[in-house]
Amino acid sequence: MEKKVLYEIKALYRDDLRVMGYEFGEGEETLCILGSLRGNEVQQLYVCSQLVKRFTELEKQGRIHAGHKILIIPTANPYSVNIKKRFWPTDNTDINRMFPGYDLGETTQRIAAGIFDQIKNYKYGIQFTSFYMPGNFEPHVRMMKTGFEDVEMAKRFGMPYVVIRETRPYDTTTLNYNWQIWETHAFSIYTTTTESIDKESAQMAVRSILTFLAKEGVVDYKGHDGYLSQVVIDTDMVPVRTKVSGIFEPKVKVGEEVVKGQVMAETIDPYEGNVTEVLTAPVDGMVFFAHNEPLTYANTAVFKLVIREE
Amino acid sequence: MIETVASVGLPVGEVLEIKKNRIVPEYGDEKVWKRISIVTGIHGDELEGQYVCFELLRRIAAQQDKLSGIVDVYPAMNPLGIDSITRGVPAFDLDMNRLFPGDINGNMTEYLAAKIVEDITGSDLCVDIHASNIYLTEIPQIRINELHKDTLVPLAMKANVDFIWVHGASTVLESTLAYSLNSRDVPTLVVEMGVGMRITKTYCDQMVDGIFSLMKELGIWQGDVPEPRKPIISEDEEDVCFLNAATSGIFVQQVKHWERLKKGDMVGQIIDPLNGKVLDDVVSPVNGILFTIREYPVVDAGSLLGRLLREEILDR
Ligand SMILES: [Zn+2]
Repeated sequence: MEKKVLYEIKALYRDDLRVMGYEFGEGEETLCILGSLRGNEVQQLYVCSQLVKRFTELEKQGRIHAGHKILIIPTANPYSVNIKKRFWPTDNTDINRMFPGYDLGETTQRIAAGIFDQIKNYKYGIQFTSFYMPGNFEPHVRMMKTGFEDVEMAKRFGMPYVVIRETRPYDTTTLNYNWQIWETHAFSIYTTTTESIDKESAQMAVRSILTFLAKEGVVDYKGHDGYLSQVVIDTDMVPVRTKVSGIFEPKVKVGEEVVKGQVMAETIDPYEGNVTEVLTAPVDGMVFFAHNEPLTYANTAVFKLVIREE
Repeated sequence: MIETVASVGLPVGEVLEIKKNRIVPEYGDEKVWKRISIVTGIHGDELEGQYVCFELLRRIAAQQDKLSGIVDVYPAMNPLGIDSITRGVPAFDLDMNRLFPGDINGNMTEYLAAKIVEDITGSDLCVDIHASNIYLTEIPQIRINELHKDTLVPLAMKANVDFIWVHGASTVLESTLAYSLNSRDVPTLVVEMGVGMRITKTYCDQMVDGIFSLMKELGIWQGDVPEPRKPIISEDEEDVCFLNAATSGIFVQQVKHWERLKKGDMVGQIIDPLNGKVLDDVVSPVNGILFTIREYPVVDAGSLLGRLLREEILDR
């Protein structure tokens, strides 16, 4: 294992910003894994720390096959993590809206460029990312429909689901999209949480990545093969929306099966305690996403269901 | 007349409402009335438009008989942001100007965006007034996506701004209010002027004159209006020169905004207060005029310190 400073910025009063990379093996740039780009992505950081630990063991045991280099960047944004701020401390910009970056541009463009320049030639790219709405996910591999996406390859992670989604205007500035443009096989992996640690899904992510690398002939690993991934189109999921704002009381959790008509959550009047709305499952399905905050706004998709077909 | 464009109940005893004020002529044939929409406050920390809305309504009220069309004034597209000194939509940490055209069935922010687009659609002209951000001061200018320049440049010429910046298309900008409206055949001019969290009265007055000039052009105003100033137009990205901080520190400006500079002229210094040292002398890289200047002193390496228009374009 080699620990490297991939990118550095001198600060006025804070300690310098150092983006750390952990390299395993030597040879072809095979796999790059990036954890948090945002300050609240703590689970993403945690998963990477577990991967660094695991790859250190594998390397010692000689189980990384010759000719392959693996790079893990636990976070590209320790500055935001350390002050519990989601975006860049001074100007609130999102590094994941700055790719491929610009080395003469503004600070976060420079950080994006400084990192992307060192990771753009990897064969596989994995990013642990987060959703803009607060909630927990069923673990999955997510891909954008760019025309470069390789669904069969995504299934080799053996995660329960592979989700495909349409691109949106801002996607062109994300890491995942730019990796794909540079012909890296890019995957986003979602574990269950973001701002809290979920060990179970973190371990699933570690196993999935090792399973994938074993199938691609990069590491020697004999875990179980994982799941036969179900491929789901994002827009085929059924959202369950609140009609009113209030206190949110879920009755089901991510990963649970629900039947049509089953009570999934209630909203409660924050002053008087009455139930203001009962949310029921519109279809038979599995809870793929669940809102995880105590309050909810009206019109919020507090659940997303994967339809169960007989 | 005050109208509610959109409203959503918040969790605890509060309703979020986006409001507009519609001013109509006292008499005349409403079938021939044209309609202008003045929009501001999408970014909650940009306040220059607040004074523009006030002054526009005040001047119209003083000569209501000269009004011959509809004026819709939307002073607060992001009311939670303005009232909580937050640029984005509070609680969502989202830039509201990256949510358009929105989704009527979507979450709260998408719903609000969709209602806003629905309400403005049908206007003959929309002016979306921004005030840069808290970091940079801008000379009154209109920014135009090159896709819409044929329609918008002739209108912008009447808007009494100093500068028209035609910039390249970018997919990211497809989620702005202006892009959504322009692609729905509502010509929309995006004004950037002044600085965040402040009101620069001279710029606001200049813009109000510009809005009256546009209203006159559209036949919405029958009163006299001052001749709009002749703006500099830049359509070539080479015309604009960016000045970024070479190092982190405290930036102290030493020039006046909108002043001609020679290559090598001092723009400011980046200093280190702990050691009492100058970290960098910031000099103009070209002959030109500074149309953007850094206002907020704390800078990271890379922070934008200014933008210059090259001399060649000024003399063109
Ligand atoms: Zn703005």
